[in-house]
Amino acid sequence: MSSSPPKFREKAEVLDESALDRALTRIAHEILEKNDGAKDLTFVGLRTRGVTLAQRLAQKITRIDGTTVPVGTLDITLYRDDLDMRGAPVVRGTDIPFSIKGKTVVLVDDVLFTGRTIRAALDALIDLGRPRMIQLAILVDRGHRELPIRPDYVGKNLPTSRRESVAVRMREHDGEDRVVIEEPEDA
Amino acid sequence: MAWTRKDLLAMRDLDAAEITLLIDTAASLEEIATREIKKVPALRGKTVVNLFYEASTRTRTSFEIAGKWLSADVINFSASGSSTAKGESFIDTAKNIAAMSPDVVVVRHSSAGAAAILARELKCGVVNAGDGAHEHPTQALLDLLTIREKKGHLDGLHVAIVGDIAHSRVARSNIHGMRKLGMTVTVAGPPTLIPPHIQELGVKVAYRLEDAIRDVDVIMMLRLQHERMTPGLIPSSREYSHYWGLTLDRLAAHARPDVLIMHPGPVNRGVELSPEVADGPYSVILDQVAKGVAVRMGVLFLLAGSRNAGD
Repeated sequence: MSSSPPKFREKAEVLDESALDRALTRIAHEILEKNDGAKDLTFVGLRTRGVTLAQRLAQKITRIDGTTVPVGTLDITLYRDDLDMRGAPVVRGTDIPFSIKGKTVVLVDDVLFTGRTIRAALDALIDLGRPRMIQLAILVDRGHRELPIRPDYVGKNLPTSRRESVAVRMREHDGEDRVVIEEPEDA
Repeated sequence: MAWTRKDLLAMRDLDAAEITLLIDTAASLEEIATREIKKVPALRGKTVVNLFYEASTRTRTSFEIAGKWLSADVINFSASGSSTAKGESFIDTAKNIAAMSPDVVVVRHSSAGAAAILARELKCGVVNAGDGAHEHPTQALLDLLTIREKKGHLDGLHVAIVGDIAHSRVARSNIHGMRKLGMTVTVAGPPTLIPPHIQELGVKVAYRLEDAIRDVDVIMMLRLQHERMTPGLIPSSREYSHYWGLTLDRLAAHARPDVLIMHPGPVNRGVELSPEVADGPYSVILDQVAKGVAVRMGVLFLLAGSRNAGD
């Protein structure tokens, strides 16, 4: 049957704790600038680290602007185009406890790669209502797009090879704030 | 934890982790029922066949809605008005349906083991929606999901299952599921409706309603299954109701104030449940029906969405 997934080792550090924090601060300012403040703004993070990033961005906007931006959680398992290739999937649920109708939704994820996850997320969001506008905030854009999708806010543009992997580690899940490039151990 | 089975036939086959995965998946899909647009594309292009050889409203409708909310194409096949009425055998019908390449077949049949035979004959996934007095796994799963949401947990809870245990596939599936998840089960009913050696499934037995419902967290009342009963097992529905009917007075006198009242439906009002209890504050009977759709979405999603299906 299927072989076990390859093991990865760290190749290089891309962002350390303070660089990651500065990138998020900059994105928060860009969001406020582009949208003329935080009115009608909502954040929707993609499970799992996109949600954490969305919460951090919301905190920063509260600090800058004094407004509270609601944060929702989106699980795109039911919208994937590769269910048959991935085997038995685990659904963890969507939790967006506010209406996105007529709002500006900033979709937040950690890494932008082929764009297929974002395609699925757009379908999932639109099934929940009709937002006025959807924007995309990404911590690391690693290239290799397979669909015409482009982020509005990018923490770091990072050219990678396809065989490498980008790991976003966050305090809440991994005990540290860091972004690293990993490569297969057999390389 | 990943789902690896082709079929869902019996709670007895599953381990605790598999049961928990099924309940968790169902819980995460419940949110779809609250949406304005109740449809997700997860099973787009998949076909689900409901093959029902026994009367059913709730279960068939529930599977149909579940399949449709997940964007599967759902076809209903009932034994009356079909080739079965013209004399076609069960396996021939199944093979003909299989030739149309469905991804999941949901089957209900009056004979125990019918779903297992179908699972052996067909390459697609098979869900047992009730086979005789054997098992009805999706009912047990929706009962477990309902209890978990109302009580916050399952481990350590005590459930009384009251009524016609002998003819009840709901009781059997629940007993297996609840024991595997660390729950205590007491079954109760007239001695003629309690199967001999039922204790071997790890349950306690009570022969009086008052004894069964004392200090339990959940009371699950069962329907008298007249269609499966031989005459003479109980003197009359009226006498049954006198000794085994759950009324507000009995609840107040013997049960805990936070007890949940469940019933798999259809309810015989005034026989096993008085209307005041069925519609009362302890009753979660309609929650069970709502959870049924979520559970069936979860089951269809895991069977049809996994790579095992239709191979």
